[in-house]
Amino acid sequence: MRAFTYERASSPAAAATAAARNPEAKFIAGGTNLLDLMKLEIETPTHLVDVNGLKLDTIEATPDGGLRIGALVRNTALAADESVRRDYGVLSRALLAGASGQLRNRATTAGNLLQRTRCPYFYDTAQPCNKRQPGSGCSALGGFSRQLGVIGVSDACIATHPSDMAVAMRALDAMVETVKADASTRTIPIAELHRSPGSTPHLETTLAPGELITAVTLPKPIGGTQIYRKVRDRASYAFALVSVAAIVQRDGSGRISLGGIAPKPWRVEAAERELPRGAKAAAAAMLDGARPTPENAFKLPLVERTLGAVLSEARA
Amino acid sequence: MKFDIPATQNPIDRQSIVGQPRDRVDGPLKVTGGARYAYEQHDVVPNQAYGYVLGATIAKGRIASMDLKAARASAGVLAVVTAKEAGKLGKGKRNTAKLLGGPEIAHYHQAVALVVAETFEQARAAASLIRVEYAQTKGAFDLEAAKGRAIKPTGEDSSPADTQVGDFAGAFATAPVALDQTYTTPDHSHAMMEPPATLAAWDGDKLTLWTSNQMIDWGVGDLAQTLRIPKANIRLVSPFIGGGFGGKLFLRADAVLAGLGARAAKRPVKIALQRPLMFNNTTHRPATIQRIRIGADRDGRITAIGHESWSGDLPDGGPELAVQQTRLLYAGANRMTAMRLAVLDLPEGNAMRAPGEAPGLMALEIAMDEMAEKLGMDPIAFRALNDTQVDPEKPKRPFSMRRLNECFKIGAERFGWDRRLARPGQSRDGRWLVGIGVAAAFRNNLVMKSAARVRLDAHGTVTVETDMTDIGTGSYTIIAQTAAEMLGVGLDKVVVRLGDSRFPVSAGSGGQWGANSSTAGVYAACVKLRETVAQKLGINSAEAVFANGEVRAGNRSMPLASAAESGPVVGEDTIEYGDLDETHQQSTFGAHFVEVGVDVATAETRIRRMLAVCSAGRILNPKTARSQVIGAMTMGVGAALMEELAVDTRRGFFVNHDLAGYEVPVHADIPHQEVIFLEETDPMSSPMKAKGVGELGICGVGAAVANAIYNATGVRVRNYPITLDKLLEHMPSA
Repeated sequence: MRAFTYERASSPAAAATAAARNPEAKFIAGGTNLLDLMKLEIETPTHLVDVNGLKLDTIEATPDGGLRIGALVRNTALAADESVRRDYGVLSRALLAGASGQLRNRATTAGNLLQRTRCPYFYDTAQPCNKRQPGSGCSALGGFSRQLGVIGVSDACIATHPSDMAVAMRALDAMVETVKADASTRTIPIAELHRSPGSTPHLETTLAPGELITAVTLPKPIGGTQIYRKVRDRASYAFALVSVAAIVQRDGSGRISLGGIAPKPWRVEAAERELPRGAKAAAAAMLDGARPTPENAFKLPLVERTLGAVLSEARA
Repeated sequence: MKFDIPATQNPIDRQSIVGQPRDRVDGPLKVTGGARYAYEQHDVVPNQAYGYVLGATIAKGRIASMDLKAARASAGVLAVVTAKEAGKLGKGKRNTAKLLGGPEIAHYHQAVALVVAETFEQARAAASLIRVEYAQTKGAFDLEAAKGRAIKPTGEDSSPADTQVGDFAGAFATAPVALDQTYTTPDHSHAMMEPPATLAAWDGDKLTLWTSNQMIDWGVGDLAQTLRIPKANIRLVSPFIGGGFGGKLFLRADAVLAGLGARAAKRPVKIALQRPLMFNNTTHRPATIQRIRIGADRDGRITAIGHESWSGDLPDGGPELAVQQTRLLYAGANRMTAMRLAVLDLPEGNAMRAPGEAPGLMALEIAMDEMAEKLGMDPIAFRALNDTQVDPEKPKRPFSMRRLNECFKIGAERFGWDRRLARPGQSRDGRWLVGIGVAAAFRNNLVMKSAARVRLDAHGTVTVETDMTDIGTGSYTIIAQTAAEMLGVGLDKVVVRLGDSRFPVSAGSGGQWGANSSTAGVYAACVKLRETVAQKLGINSAEAVFANGEVRAGNRSMPLASAAESGPVVGEDTIEYGDLDETHQQSTFGAHFVEVGVDVATAETRIRRMLAVCSAGRILNPKTARSQVIGAMTMGVGAALMEELAVDTRRGFFVNHDLAGYEVPVHADIPHQEVIFLEETDPMSSPMKAKGVGELGICGVGAAVANAIYNATGVRVRNYPITLDKLLEHMPSA
């Protein structure tokens, strides 16, 4: 771990200003990902802006009947929130499918969205990795890639985004509220938060330097049967090989978002029109353009089969 | 005490304390933090500094240059040790690669430097400032590709590499029913909770290490050889060990580097090997490719059985002994086994829980299931028909005790085997395809010389000292039970001190020999002590009965403590073995039953029920023994379903080198587990009439899971681990 300076931010705008001032600054909230990465020197910020003291840890109703989730609401609190459990079941289920109780107690809503990939080559600083060290190459291509991405990836990077929560939020059309260094605020649809890797996989989001996530808002509830199905090699405490967040309405229409297969929560709205035709058609439309490696090609049929199971469950 | 004739009646047979399900005597220490592990020995020496290990980042080659300037100048740094600084070092007898690499690099993450600093964080920060330039050379990293170059190993441990009885080729060629299949098992990591860890302190030319090591005397010997100092100048202390599974049988880099670091820094130095280094820096269970051929008559009698295994290791390493059990487990007049060893430049392979049998049975016991199906026989009936009560390679050599068929019979009744549908893929419970599978468990019983010292004081307290280790197994408890039984006192009167090279040399913990051999050593020392006590009390030791804190002879009765009135009374002895293990084959047996559910859509496999029935001599403590067996069953599930060190065959290392990438079972993976121990004593094993169970529990589990998956799905996977991607394309449509 490199030496760093540290400050506690007094307001969201002050935090954004402090972070924008220093290109090597990072926000720290729960620290469940960043601290590990700093210990391994995968992340080497020279300055940390602690946002834990900002009062961004409440969940409240929005005027239009939705929900506003503070950036610092812990995953445990969010999963257990009564209105989340009642109106946004897919979100609660996704949260509880992730990490461990201890980590969820600490991990925050904004931090979860911004967590970094679990590609093993990203985690070994002796290995080339375009995300960690731009231009050094991708070790995972042609290497151990079983866990990695099959769609939305590039020749420079096949890493996946590891979040479960974000997959559910994508299906719920969440909006990400931010504040910038100049104190201006904006709202980013979650679909536009994460970037595709292209030739710059080290740039993971569309946030401007210093821009701080202050909340995630959910539109008013849309009902339906809400399912989160996470497929993994062991029953708990493992990242998804494939996950499916589904909101299925009685008429067979619905929304599907996929995890474990792409650099961001993977949702193809146009493909959802295929849902009434069944999993095969919908999966084919969602996975159009996939480019798996020989080691992770199984994820394509796995998506289709898992989606099929989820749709059956929703109809049951 | 020489043990060279079968045991007769002795005080252990009373089983008033031995054989009882007593709580762990060290349990309260463990759950209150009172048990001090190596890295937590904060108060044994003052002024402790911290070490951080730098691992090589190439698999093979040389260090071209190393720049230590920035690290040395970094805050808090006390010393930087590399091979250059360390001067000439030897290599332990049991180590294949050097524990401090440079200039030659033998494997990825081989230690190349140690930074010692005032704090752990300072050491870590400084280590990242070391600049190393390497000259890489080409290595071999792919077992499948290197298989053709494999040779017959010549090492003592793999002797014999080949065995042959009768005419295998002829019998196999003419067998009416035959199976010829190849199975693979991947590299496995011990992945124990406590990493290798050591605190080292020099006092003049004397070195003390508080460490985490299963085999104290091996550790002292190999460290002396490595540091080129006399064995007598080294003390190893290892009272508590947070898991080892064979990963701590040997001297490792933490101990050597802590010693060197403490010398360089002139301060005590402690090191816990960093988790990301554990997978490539330490040893692992080597991957295997195994070809099994079985030929049988139509009635199911095996006429030919052949097992070949290929594994790899660094130059001068050894093979995985995966054919070991096939030499002994089933009858058959014509037989062959062969092991071949390829040179691989991956990290060093070595023993992991049940080396040989664990991966060997993962293959053999699938083959037996496949063969039973070809014959149209029940898998248990097929195994029972081919039972043997003698070593099939040396028929004049009987098993000391072999109750494998009873294990199957009892297990079948308890588990409800008769409800199994022989045709696979027929049982369904909601989204789950349900199947049950069985496999034999088999592990040899090794006997090892073991010494102990027992002291009685005037308060009637009995103190046992031996360098035996407790790796979470329950050694403290069974040794206390042994001494209490032998001397007729309660467990509250017994103090057990383990894991210190100042104590008599024991069998140590490995190869599931620890429980039987170390308690037999304590038995021998207690016999000596009883003789001395009897003499002090003026009674005939042959007549003396030790019970209830008293010694009785005829109608005389005296408090045991009275023998120590004028000073402590000490008994010290060593159990040594004659040739009973030559004249009789000593092994432990069991049957594993597993029920799995396989998700019909995703092919995720989850275990639903498990049962192990074990025949392993006297069970010294059913509670700690059960704990050993269920832990081993859990590890077997890991091997069956998820554990695999992923080899990057281009760069030559295990890629998934942390506990997020190398998955082992978590609680949610393991359902109800049941263990049944057959009531028995084996008088050939030792005066304790006990054998081991810690490895028996893993042997066969993987195949039982694989066979259950086959029964559930009709998909036969022969390459472990059985992850969903290997099942998916063969699964029925959901």
